[in-house]
Parts: sequence; C-alpha cells; structure tokens
Amino acid sequence: MAEKSTSREQRLGVYVCHCGVNISHTVDVERVAEVAATLPGVALAKTYPYMCSDPGQNLICADIKEHDLTGVVVAACSPRMHEPTFRAALVSAGVNPYMFEMANIREQCSWIHDDKEAGTEKAIDLMRSAVARAGYLEGLTEREIDVTPEALVIGGGIAGIQAALDIAEAGFKVHLVEKEPSIGGRMAQLDKTFPTLDCSACILTPKMVDVSRHPNINLMTYSDIEDISGYVGSFTVTIRKRARYVDVDECTACGDCVDVCPVAVPNEFDEGLATRKAIYQSFPQAVPAAYVLNMDECLGTNPIACGKCLEACDKQCIDYDAKDEVVEIKVGTIIVATGMDIFDATEIGALGYGRYDDILTSLEFERLVSAGGPTGGELVRFSDREAPKSVVFLQCVGSRDATVGNEYCSRVCCMYTAKQAHLVREKLPDAEITVFYTDIRAFGKGFEEFYDRVRKERVIYRRGSVSEIYRRKGRLIVRGDDTLMGEPVEIEADMVVLAVGLVPRPETDGVASFLKLSKSSDRFLMEAHPKLRPVDTAVEGVFVAGCCQGPKDIPDAVAQAKAASSSAIAPMARGTVRMEAISAKVDEDMCSGCRICVSVCPYEAITYDEKDKVSRVNEALCKGCGTCGAACPSGAMSTIHFTSGQMRAQVLALIGGSDD
Amino acid sequence: MAVSLQEKYELLGCIQCGRCTAGCPVSMRTYLNVRRVVYDGMTGVGPTDAKGRPEAWNCTTCSNCTERCPKGVKPMELIIGLRSAAIEKGRIEPTIRDALESTFKHGNPWGRIRDKRTEWADELSVPVAAEGEAVPFLFYVGCTPAYDPRAQSIAKALVALFAAAGVEYSTLGTDESCCGNEIRRMGEDGLFEMLVEGNRELFGGHEVGTIVTASPHCMNTFKNEYGEPTPDVVHYSQLLASLLEAGKLTFKGKVEKKVTFHDACFLGKHNGIYDEPREVLEQIPGVTFEEMDRSRERALCCEGGGGRMWLEATEERGERLAETRVKDAVELGADYLVTACPFCLMTLEDAVKTSGNEGKIEIIDLAELAAMAL
Repeated sequence: MAEKSTSREQRLGVYVCHCGVNISHTVDVERVAEVAATLPGVALAKTYPYMCSDPGQNLICADIKEHDLTGVVVAACSPRMHEPTFRAALVSAGVNPYMFEMANIREQCSWIHDDKEAGTEKAIDLMRSAVARAGYLEGLTEREIDVTPEALVIGGGIAGIQAALDIAEAGFKVHLVEKEPSIGGRMAQLDKTFPTLDCSACILTPKMVDVSRHPNINLMTYSDIEDISGYVGSFTVTIRKRARYVDVDECTACGDCVDVCPVAVPNEFDEGLATRKAIYQSFPQAVPAAYVLNMDECLGTNPIACGKCLEACDKQCIDYDAKDEVVEIKVGTIIVATGMDIFDATEIGALGYGRYDDILTSLEFERLVSAGGPTGGELVRFSDREAPKSVVFLQCVGSRDATVGNEYCSRVCCMYTAKQAHLVREKLPDAEITVFYTDIRAFGKGFEEFYDRVRKERVIYRRGSVSEIYRRKGRLIVRGDDTLMGEPVEIEADMVVLAVGLVPRPETDGVASFLKLSKSSDRFLMEAHPKLRPVDTAVEGVFVAGCCQGPKDIPDAVAQAKAASSSAIAPMARGTVRMEAISAKVDEDMCSGCRICVSVCPYEAITYDEKDKVSRVNEALCKGCGTCGAACPSGAMSTIHFTSGQMRAQVLALIGGSDD
Repeated sequence: MAVSLQEKYELLGCIQCGRCTAGCPVSMRTYLNVRRVVYDGMTGVGPTDAKGRPEAWNCTTCSNCTERCPKGVKPMELIIGLRSAAIEKGRIEPTIRDALESTFKHGNPWGRIRDKRTEWADELSVPVAAEGEAVPFLFYVGCTPAYDPRAQSIAKALVALFAAAGVEYSTLGTDESCCGNEIRRMGEDGLFEMLVEGNRELFGGHEVGTIVTASPHCMNTFKNEYGEPTPDVVHYSQLLASLLEAGKLTFKGKVEKKVTFHDACFLGKHNGIYDEPREVLEQIPGVTFEEMDRSRERALCCEGGGGRMWLEATEERGERLAETRVKDAVELGADYLVTACPFCLMTLEDAVKTSGNEGKIEIIDLAELAAMAL
C-alpha cells in the first residue's frame, strides 16, 4: 500500500442517530455504538435521538473539545442531506471539515429493511466501513475563486424577463439571450390570463420595454447559445447573433418593407393560423421594435429576383450582406429559462386534430380570440367563418397520459380552459359550451372561485374523457363518456378546443448538454432538490426558472424567476465562491502522458500540457467524479478525499477482508 | 386463495376517466360499459364472471379501450378474464360451446372436419409441405379462408398473386390447425394453450422461417401471443406491398372502380398496419381510392372479432356497426368497400343485405381486388 494507515494516532468520535424511530425501529443503534467503541482509533461512541438537531451538533462540538477528537463519523442519513450540517459543526469546534465521514444507515438500511437483526448487522458494517475510511482522511483547504459580476439569462419569456430585470435592478450586468426575433415568449401569445382576466400583453409589454431600456441589460435576440464552458464564477459563453439583415437601431418599424414583400409564410406567432411576410415583426409590441428578414424564405436579394424591400426602405436600414456575429462573454452565474412547447395533438390520431379545420389547440384558440390575432378577435370557425353554436373543450390532451409518454399533469390546462370557456361566453352569449374533464385542479389563489364563476356562466362541465372525434353529416361528433351519468355520449360540436399539455422544448437539450444539467423522468430539467433547492441545479452557479423545469403558470414562473435571480445574485454580491476541496490530482512523475484521462473526463477539466508531456487538472472545473482515476493505467491520477487508500480501507472493512 | 380481479388486472391504476367507454364501439349499441366493468373489478363489488355480466360477451376485442387508456390499464384483458371465469364454470352460450368443441376436435371453430380443410385448393396446384420438410415461407391459410365458401376466394386470390410474383411457398395442408386468436378471446385459455403448443411444434417440425397469413387475426396471435422464439409473421397486405415495391409483383389489368378501405381492428389498432394495404390499393391501375371519415385509428369496428362471429350481441340498440360502415361507404359513392380480413368481409357483406344496399356496393377483400388486376 502506498498509503499508511494513520488510525493509531486518530481519536475518532462515532455518533449513531436514532432519527426519531426512522432508524431505531429496524436498527439497534445502541449495539452499533457498542461495536463502534471497540474499533481501533475510536475514542468514543454515542447515540442520540436527532444528531442533526442543535443539541446533537453541540454534543459533537463539546466532545471534540473535551476529548480532543481528530475526526468524526456520524451514522445517520444520506450525506446529501446532512454532510454540510456536520462539517459546519466540526469547523465551529476547530476541526478541519474534511475530517468527517458519514455512514448512511437510514436510506441505505433502516428504510429498506424490516428485519431488525439483519438491519443492525448491516448498519454495523456500514459504520465500520465509514470508520475505516475516516482513519485515512486528511484535512483539506477549500479554495475561494472570484466571481465575474455578470449573469447570463437564457430565454426571454416571462421567467427570463423577470430574472433579468431583478438581477439588473440589483446592480449587476445581465446578458439576456433569446432565439426568437423578439422577447415575450409564450405569454405574449396569450389573450387573457386566468383567474384575473388581465390582458396578457398589457401586463407583459411594460416589462419587455423595461428590459430594452435597462442600462444593465444586454439584450441579444435572434441569437443562439453555441457553447458554454467554465464553472461558477467564471463561465465562458459563445453566442451566435444571427443576421437580421435589418439594422435594429435604425429601423422604425414603419412597415414599408412588409408592404412590398411578395412572400407569405405561416405566422408562428399566430400558430400558423395567419401568414406573415419574409421580412416581418413577430407581433406589434415586439422588443426590440425592429423588423427581421428571414433569408431562408426571402426570394433573393438579387434585383432580378426581388430586392423590393431594399428599395422600399427610406432609412436604408436593410443590409443584405449582413453576417452572423459570434460573441464570447464571461459570466459568473447562469439562469436557464428556456420555457416549454405545447403537446403535438396529432400524436393522438383518434382526436382528429390536423384533419378537421375546426379542431383547435388551446394555443390556437388564444390567437383566435386575441384582438391582435388572425380574425381581430372575432370568434369564428375556420371552415366557414361562421360563429360556432356549440363549442366543446377537452381537458388533459397529452397530459396524464402514458400512451404519449407524458404521465404528469400540466397544471395550467384546467384553468386556461375555464378562462377560454369564459371568453366564448363573453363573445357568444347563446353558444352551448361543454367541457369534458377527468378531475378539475383549481388549486391556486382565486382558481376555485373562478371555476365557480365560469360554471355559472352556463358552461356545462361533463365528467369524463373523450376518446374519439369524427364527422357525421358535416358536424363534428365528440364521443365521450359521461362517467357521472354512467353512459357514453355523443356531442355535436361546431368547434372543438383541445387543452394540450406542456412539454419540454427540444432547444433546452442543447443548453442542458453544454451545462451538464440533468433531467427528471418527465424530461424537464431537474432541480437540485424538489423541496429545498427548487431553483438550483446540480451544477453550481446554474439556476432554472419557468417551464423548462416543469409545467407552471405565470405567477409560479415569475416567483421561480425571482427565486433564481436572488440565488444568482448571491455569489455575485459576495464576489467569491468557495470550491469544495475535492478534485482530481496528477502525480506528474508517474504520468506517462497517454491522455486517456483527457478523453474520459465528462467535464473537460483535464488538459494535456504539450511542453511537460503530462496531464493537468483544472480544479475549478473538476467535479471529483473519479472517472480519470479509474481509467489511469499508470496510477498517476487520484481523487483528493476519495484516494485509493481511503476507498480500499472502506471496501475492505465492508467485506471483512484484510489489507494483504 | 384466488387472485382478485383488481390484482390480476392491475385495476388500481384506473382514474375512471371513461376513455375506455368513450372509445368502445359497442358502448352505444349494447349495455357494455367498460369503465363500469373496471370500476366493479377495482372495488370488488361486481360479478366475477361473464355469466353475471352477460354484456361482457358483446366486446369485440377491438382494443380501443386498452390502446387508449391513459394509465396503461387493460380493460379488454379484464373482459376476456370474465369470459374465462364463466367458461371455467361451464356457464357459456351453446354457439360458443360448439365453436370451442369443434376447434378441440377438428382444429377449426366452424364445425367442419379436418379432411375438408384443403377443399378450397382442390382445383388449384397449391404446394403442401411433406412431413418434416423445411418450409422457409409458409402460407398459413386460417380456418375461415379455408372453410367458408365466401372467404375461400381470399385464399384462392392469394395463391394466384403468389404465383404471379414468383413467391415460393408451402402450406401445411390438412395439418394446419386453428391459430387460437378467437379462442383466447372467447376465454378458453386451456384450449388456446393447447393450440399454441401444437402449432409451435408443427412450425418447429417444418423449420418455418416466415409465416404469411390471410387473416389479421391469425397474424396477431402468432406475432404477439405465441412467445419466443417464433417465426417472422406478416399479414399478406404487408407482403404484397413489399412485392410491389421490389417490382416482383406488377398489375397488368385494370379495375376501373371507386374504392374505399375498411381498417380491420386486428390489422390496424392491434398491430399498427395502416399504410401497407393503402399502398397496394393505390398501385392497382384504374382504382380511385377515397378514405372514409372514420379511418385508420378511428376506424369503426365491424363487430366480427372477439368471438362475436359465433355470438350475437346480448341486446341491441340501434343499427349494427357493420351497417353503419356500409352506409358510410355508400354515402361516399364507393363501388367497392375493400377490407383485408375474412371476418370483416363476412360481417360487412351481411350488412349490405340487411341495410338494403344490395346492388349499390360490393364488399371485396384486398387480395381479391389485387388478383382482379393481374
């Protein structure tokens, strides 16, 4: 063995937690402590009902001082839960925090076993293994690194807008990157918002203007993230600002270019229900208030082909030769707010979406009833431009549905459907309105009251799901089950609105792979802890806000954005961040320069020094995963705090082997 | 202790949304309410066999309820289970009993003797594998195309098509036995297992490589219920589509007709085969093809599956679905309503008569139509 056990000089304190009855109901904690006390290097062993409590921590501190302990082992829950707690206790008693080891006898033992005898044996093994490793621990020093006082917000929907504004208001520079020509996101497409019926644009537009005017915000629209590298405090971000072919600063959005453009393509902002030109503004309140020319759709800038817009622009702010611009920025923290998509209703063929003009998605319906939409807000059918006499809404389309792989509830559809039913009633006092639902989820502030109001506006809620929509004698037949009546029903409809659920945006994948972010089983980005760290990610300095993390409504997205921005501000305000002292280390004398470690490192933390012919570790980038150490054929690479000696001692103690 | 329905069919996942009943083709026509059946099984209050719940015999096993259930519950399997429980107690309708008995004795549910199984091929030269002879490519005829006078022409048409395309194949002659697809759905588990065992042995003895079936019902059970390892199984519409694509099959004739296509449940909903039959149709010279409104995954069931060929609905409300189907096709102005399943062929043809549409439309199998264009 390269390393020598120092256990004989150690004076370890071992503490076994009852965790109320969480541990003690299947583990005889007293026996675990009794065995611990007999192990070499252990100065004392105790049990306590709640080690993580203040008295529990004070017990450790007092023992450290009284018995001059050199290290501590706590047999309790997962280190993910309380390692920081106990490390802090060690620090307050004057012991290096890395002289601490935890045995998980709760998640990995008491919670998963019933047999107390066997559970106790296993807990003893886990404790013994932790004590063995503790004998090899060394005190380590954490490094402090400087934080660039600038932030990046990816995505200019309501979450990204709010996060950018909050950071900017706190006095830090923010780069807000949006892939569309305008910020505003999904909220800009909505007509009114539930349950207050605020006009969506009216409450959103002032915030968009604030973004454009704020001196601390650098807005980059029509831009894509091409790469992100680095670590908390010092991320390097490469951004491609796609050529707009229109000078943003000069364009006054007069519209002369639009008038002459001969190209008509489906308008994304109107969900394809109307057309736009190849040179266009996404919507009238767009920020920046400037046009953009889509070169893929343009007939050609050659005067023989077209070139009409260039001719029409008096201010001469169109430049056909404009090029993409690639910029590189340095930021200290990042907020991912890339938003969501809506479920593609063509995936459920039986509902006939895409086959019949008068079956709309809820987002198409928003555009249809919006005063800025394709019909100027007039509620008519697309097939014959007549007002529908019977409108049927279907809840849970693409949500709570394993057949399309979306098992989650999308959280907004119940309420936006209630709002849309209300809008139908407002515009068509005599229309029959039916909502097919399975469960109504009106959990937010004012939601249930709004649902009550909508029902009283002669909106018939029928409890049951719809399986199929077809056409009979020119009318849509919605075939559902009225589960309260206990009978299948066929409702004739002139218009059907599908309450499509929310799904992750494919664009989020790119950002997630640059930043090594994880996803939950629902394919949305995963937070660091579902309850206690809801806007953090597993990557330090990177936060999430809005629907990229999971479906949510506007108030929740805004609240999360505010949480994410305050979390992002913290390290910038402090100016430095502490880095855990766990990283890979190269023994340069042993390194043969084979570069296997460089190829296996998932964090690009290892570089090859051509001059000295050895690998070098960037400790700030290194997450201490240990992959390089396992791959290194010459044993030159080790992981500080997880050295081979430490791991070997831990494993041997567990399997009851000796060091021979 | 017997396993409860709730446990056996994992009914606790059900949220009673009713999509099963909403999509059930017979729910408006009979008293079968699939959601209710699941609810009773879940709470343990309802009858535990189909005798106490006769409407369970109305299920056509089209699979809509199971395919569309958002929570992965399989109501169709529960209904089959209720039938099994009734059969185990001997509580069954005489027509079902006869079909099962005939299958046990003669290897077919039609009450015909085994020796007559190859009668359809008497005037033709159809290769029959000798005992132990390897069969790389097996044409599995199936009971209905083998025995039923109307459906026999499907088998005959296929033989003509194979010859035209130079397909080398064999049949199993009178050794061929029922595939068991309908037997399992009538709830006779024991007989089904016996058929599976017998057929696997038969296929193994001939080292069968690929099976082409005339009926989607046979294809379904071979493909999905026979367990591993099993030979490759295709429905003839898949084979014809690939032969056309490879240029091995060409149509020299012309069929100047307007046609529409009825998706058989066991071809479409159960196995997702929607495109291949249409590819074949569209390549037949002269044919004008138009879809009915309810096509592909929204196709209306003909009520011929799940043992319903041997049992009328326990009660009737409104017209037969096959009649609705025929009317839809007539409304479209189609000369031919084409299908690719012997059961659909028979139920639809019957419905032409009962709905008074004789002379207005003809029901024809895809194989027959293709053979007309040779």
